[in-house]
Amino acid sequence: MALFRAHVLVDTGTAAILKGAAAVRGALVEEIRRRGLENEIKVVETGDLGLAGAGAALVVYPEGVTYANVTVADIPEIVEEHLLKGRQVKRLIYSGGETAAVVEAPKAPRSAEMRVILHNIGVIDPTSIDEYIALGGYEALGKALTSMKPGEIIEEIKKSGLKGRGGAFFPTGLKWDFAARAEGDSKYVVCNADEGEPGNFKDRLILEGDPHQIIEGMVIAAYAVGAHKGYIYIRGEYHQSVAHTERAIDVAREMGLLGTDIMGSGFEFDIEVFKGAGAYVCGEETALLESIEGRRGESQMKPPFPPTHGLHGRPTVINNVETLANVPHIIAKGADWYQTIGTPQSRGTKIFSPCGDVQYPGVYEVPFGATLRDVVYTMAGGIKNGRRLKGVLMGGPSGVMVGEDALDRKLCGEDLNPGAGALIVINEDRCIVDLMTNIAQFFYHESCGQCVPCREGTKRMLEFLNWWTAGAGSEGDIKLLEQLTATMAAASRCGLGQFAGVAFRSSLPLFEDEYKAHLKDKTCPAGICPMDKVPQEVA
Amino acid sequence: MGSCDSKSCVECEAAVVKIIEKCGRAETNLIPILHELQRSMGYISTEAMETIAAELGIPVGRVHGTATFYSLFYLKPHGKNVIRLCDSPPCHIEGSKAIRDAVTKAIGIQPGETTEDGNFTFEVVSCMGLCGVAPAMMINDDVYGNLTPEAVPSILAKYKEGN
Repeated sequence: MALFRAHVLVDTGTAAILKGAAAVRGALVEEIRRRGLENEIKVVETGDLGLAGAGAALVVYPEGVTYANVTVADIPEIVEEHLLKGRQVKRLIYSGGETAAVVEAPKAPRSAEMRVILHNIGVIDPTSIDEYIALGGYEALGKALTSMKPGEIIEEIKKSGLKGRGGAFFPTGLKWDFAARAEGDSKYVVCNADEGEPGNFKDRLILEGDPHQIIEGMVIAAYAVGAHKGYIYIRGEYHQSVAHTERAIDVAREMGLLGTDIMGSGFEFDIEVFKGAGAYVCGEETALLESIEGRRGESQMKPPFPPTHGLHGRPTVINNVETLANVPHIIAKGADWYQTIGTPQSRGTKIFSPCGDVQYPGVYEVPFGATLRDVVYTMAGGIKNGRRLKGVLMGGPSGVMVGEDALDRKLCGEDLNPGAGALIVINEDRCIVDLMTNIAQFFYHESCGQCVPCREGTKRMLEFLNWWTAGAGSEGDIKLLEQLTATMAAASRCGLGQFAGVAFRSSLPLFEDEYKAHLKDKTCPAGICPMDKVPQEVA
Repeated sequence: MGSCDSKSCVECEAAVVKIIEKCGRAETNLIPILHELQRSMGYISTEAMETIAAELGIPVGRVHGTATFYSLFYLKPHGKNVIRLCDSPPCHIEGSKAIRDAVTKAIGIQPGETTEDGNFTFEVVSCMGLCGVAPAMMINDDVYGNLTPEAVPSILAKYKEGN
C-alpha cells in the first residue's frame, strides 16, 4: 500500500456537485499531476461533508484544514502554497461561518451534535470498502456471525431500545422477533430507502456517503431472522444513492461479505437494489412490497403485518435506512453502551434535516432529548435574513406544526415527536394558508386513489384551501375541514390519508387569527395569497 | 416503438424481448423491465406494453396499470431534456413559484408541456430530497439548487440545441 504524505478530501455530495465540485476535483488532480505530486498526495472523493452553504469544499490532512467555496481558479494556489510549500491559504479557510479562521476539520462536531451514524460521512470515500473497514466497518458483522446466535442478536437489539427511524418508532427488536418466529420457507430483509416525505434527505446522505453501513446492518438483520435475500428499495430520483449502493454491494460480494458463505460462516445472504419509479406512497411498507412484486404501489390492509406476511407472502423485516445504520454500532459496542445515549423511551441518536428558512440547512445528528432550539438555532444557525421564527413542521407535511413556544421541548418520543427528522422551518413572512394549500396539493397528487376517504378527502381538502387563498371561503369552512380531516384520519387505509390533515389541524390553534383573516376579512396578512375570488380548479 | 413509428415493428419487438431477457422473464421484474425499456427507448409505448404482457403471460391491463401508476414512467414521447422543478413545502416557501415563472418565460411552456421543437419537457414534481438547497430542480440527472429566477435562463441555455 502506497504511503501518502497528505490526503485531500473533496466533498462530492449533491450540494457540492452543483457548486462545481466535480470540476474542482478534476482541476486538483490535474494540478497535482502537473507538479509531479501524485505519489505524495492522494485525492479522495467523499460524501457530503455536511458543510451546507460552503460550496465546493476540501479538507487537507494531516493538518485537517477545511477550505470552502473553492473554485477551479483557486486550485493552483492551494496546490502551490499548501501542498507544495506547506503554507495554508488563509483566505479560503472555512470556519463554520463565512469568515476565515483555522478550524479543526469537520471531525469536531458542532455543539450538541453526536455523530454515530454520520461518523464516516465526509471522512471516507464511500466507494472504497477498504476505508470503511479501516474505520471498524464489518467488525460487528464478524462478531455477530462468529460469536452470537441469532436469538442473542435479537435480544441485544431489543435491550438496546432501538426504534424505527422512518417516523413510526416501532421497536426494531420486536419486529425482528416476529419475523424470526414466523413460519416461512423463505424470509426477506428490506431496507426502505424510498425517502419521499418532503424535507427529509438524511437517507440519501447515508446511502451516498456510507453505503456499507446499510449492507452490514442488513446482513446482521438477515442472520438474526433467518433471511437469505434482501432488497434496498431506493427512490428512482436518487441516482447517486443507487450508483454508490450498487457498487458497494458488488464489492461486498467480491470480498465474501455477501453471497453464499459470508465470512466463512456458511451463512448465505444477498442484496439487490430495487429502483423505485416515482410514487410517494411506496414509502408505506405494504405499498413498497407491492412495488417490488411488480405492481401498482397500493397499500394493503393490516393486519397481517409484513413480519409474518410480507414480500411474496413470506415473513419480511422492513426497516428504514437510518434504523439499519444503527445496527452495526449496537452489535459492535453493545446494548449497554447504546442505553447511555438518548432518553429512556428513545435511545440512541436521531438525524435531523432542518430546512426552509434556516441559515444552514443540512443534516445533523443529535442524541434524542436534544431540544428543537439546539437543532434549529445552534446547528442550523437560526432563521436567515434576520427574520423571526413562525413555526416548524415536524417531520414533513404529514407531521405536526409547532410554534416558537415549542423551541425548548425535547426531540424524542416522550415529548416532541420528530417523525423522520425533517424540520421545515418557516419565518414570520410566510402565509400559513398558502403553506397548507401546498401541502394539500401534495397529498392530493400523491394519494394512490384506492380508498375513498383519502382519494376524495385529499381532493376536498385542496378545494377548501383553494377557496380560502382566493378569498372565497367562509368562516364555517374551518369546522368542515376539521371534520373532514378527522374522518380521513379514522377511515383511510394507510398513513397517507390518515396523516394528510395533521399539519392543518395542529396549525389551527397556533394561527387562528391568520385563518380568520382569510375567511372573514378576506385578506392575506402576509400578502402571498391571491385573494382574487377565482379559486383554482382541482384537476 | 420509441425509435420508430411503425405499429408492428419486428425490430422493436425483438428489442423489447431482449430487455425482458436481460431483466429476467418474471412478473416481479416488471418495474425493472419498464425502467430499462424507457432508458433505451425513451418512453413506454402501447406496443411495448403489449409485447411485455404477452412475454410475461399477464394481461396488458396489469402492465398498463403499473406503468401509469409511477410518475417517472412516460407513456408518450417526452422532450429530449426533462426539467423537474420541485414544489414541495421547503422549495415552495423558498420561492419555487418564481422559478416556475422564470422557466415558463425562458422556454415558453407551462408545466406538463413539451416545447414544439421537442427539446424540453417541463414538470412540477414532489420533493426530490434536495431541500438543503431549495428551491431546486433537476434537468435529466443534473441537480440545480439555490435557484434564483435570474439564474434560470443561463442554466436552460446549456440544454438548448447547438449549445
